[in-house]
Amino acid sequence: MAKLHITDREGVETVIEGEVGISVMENLRDNDYELEAICGGQCSCATCHIYIDDAWMAKIGARNDEENELLEELDCVQPNSRLSCQIEFTEDMDGLAIVIAPDE
Amino acid sequence: MTQTFIVVGAGHAGGQAVATLRSKGFDGRIILIGDERYVPYERPPLSKAVLAGELEVERTFLKKETWYPEKNIEFRPNTLVTKLDRKARTISTASGEVLGYDKLLLATGTRVRKLQAPGADLDNIFYLRALDDTLAIQRKMTPGTNVVIVGGGYIGLEVAAVAVKMGCTVTVLEGLERVMSRVVAPEVSAFYHHVHTDAGVVIKTGMAVTGFEGDGKVERVTCADDSVFAADLVVIGVGVLPNVELAAEGDLAVDNGIVVDEYGQTSDDNIWAAGDCTNHPNALLGRRLRLESVQNAVDQAKTAANAMCGELKPYSEIPWFWSDQYDLKLQIVGLSEPGDEVVIRGNPAERKFSALYLRHGKFVAINAINMIKDFMAAKKLIAEGKILDPDKAADAEIALKDM
Repeated sequence: MAKLHITDREGVETVIEGEVGISVMENLRDNDYELEAICGGQCSCATCHIYIDDAWMAKIGARNDEENELLEELDCVQPNSRLSCQIEFTEDMDGLAIVIAPDE
Repeated sequence: MTQTFIVVGAGHAGGQAVATLRSKGFDGRIILIGDERYVPYERPPLSKAVLAGELEVERTFLKKETWYPEKNIEFRPNTLVTKLDRKARTISTASGEVLGYDKLLLATGTRVRKLQAPGADLDNIFYLRALDDTLAIQRKMTPGTNVVIVGGGYIGLEVAAVAVKMGCTVTVLEGLERVMSRVVAPEVSAFYHHVHTDAGVVIKTGMAVTGFEGDGKVERVTCADDSVFAADLVVIGVGVLPNVELAAEGDLAVDNGIVVDEYGQTSDDNIWAAGDCTNHPNALLGRRLRLESVQNAVDQAKTAANAMCGELKPYSEIPWFWSDQYDLKLQIVGLSEPGDEVVIRGNPAERKFSALYLRHGKFVAINAINMIKDFMAAKKLIAEGKILDPDKAADAEIALKDM
């Protein structure tokens, strides 16, 4: 378990004990955050879009090619945009802060 | 007085519906009834990552098993609902239990179309609909196994891709003249035919399967043209049928699906339906339809659950789907029809192209193969009813969103 700081679409901040070894998207879904994640983590739909806290950008790493193509077409994409299904949550991400992006 | 909402069907729509009911603040009694032993789970990976053994069963669950009691949702697995009494506002289960409801959601989904042919009940003949089907097929799919797949649609071809990768000898028997013919243009069918053949899958089109032979378990598949295929394992994927019997016997309006309005409401004020089992209107498409898709199940379940909580937001989305085979990400938006003009963008030889479907110039559907940007742009353009110039659309150098 590791802490995950989440700001939801209403701007409410909460901290959860995230499960490591599964994706950030699965953690959000398991904890009832409003997020579509329709394709279930197949990098096919871009409905699990989040923003990564700038301080964590280097640690989280870069987008993969497919993810990049999906994100670039969104209206509310930012340099710190990621698809949460493509980030495996690990012990060394303890304290990671993310914001759930608006629904498009 | 606490209200009771019952959701019949624990698939994608049922799972989404109970989550939405609770997130909307409904604090009454929720009963979720499923005929399988699992909590609601993702179905698309069944013919892909789960079959290939790359995804653990638990990770397909929409919510963890512990989530249901935490949210005070009474989940009843292995339970078949056999009767709907609208007057008494009750449903009955196969075990004889009678449960009363204030509001009911039918998310009964579909079942596989069974092939009526001699020998179809032999061992090692499977259909792929549920998690247990996948696990059973997976156990039989060892290197060197002769796998015969009946049906060259999404399910059949996804299974073929996994099986050949696992070292099986794979034959696909398709009844029509080309694979995926119901959903894609001839150019796209030809491409997939070629990709599978290259991977070592034998595809036979125009094949009418007449029966299965073997001593206890299947050994051969016979066809109308007298050809015979050796088989250790048969997987049949020839479509699905909506589960409407409960609704029909309860005297709800049924017409190729449970008839609902744009809020998911049936012909009864206290009953809603969502997902693959519904015949619903879509204002963007300008017609009624029944859809077999995750997007529809999720979005329609939200609509219905919202309506059950008194919030009326009409459902109207351009349908979208996806299919993963090998390294190919096929993403589909909209519904094409025979007679649509087909425009190809990109290069099939590079395994990166799109087929755009134009109806009187209007962009109505796309099959994007490893063309993620086209898929994303198409979602917006198709919803807008964009008119495209076919020559310009064929130029992959021009971004679709800039048209």
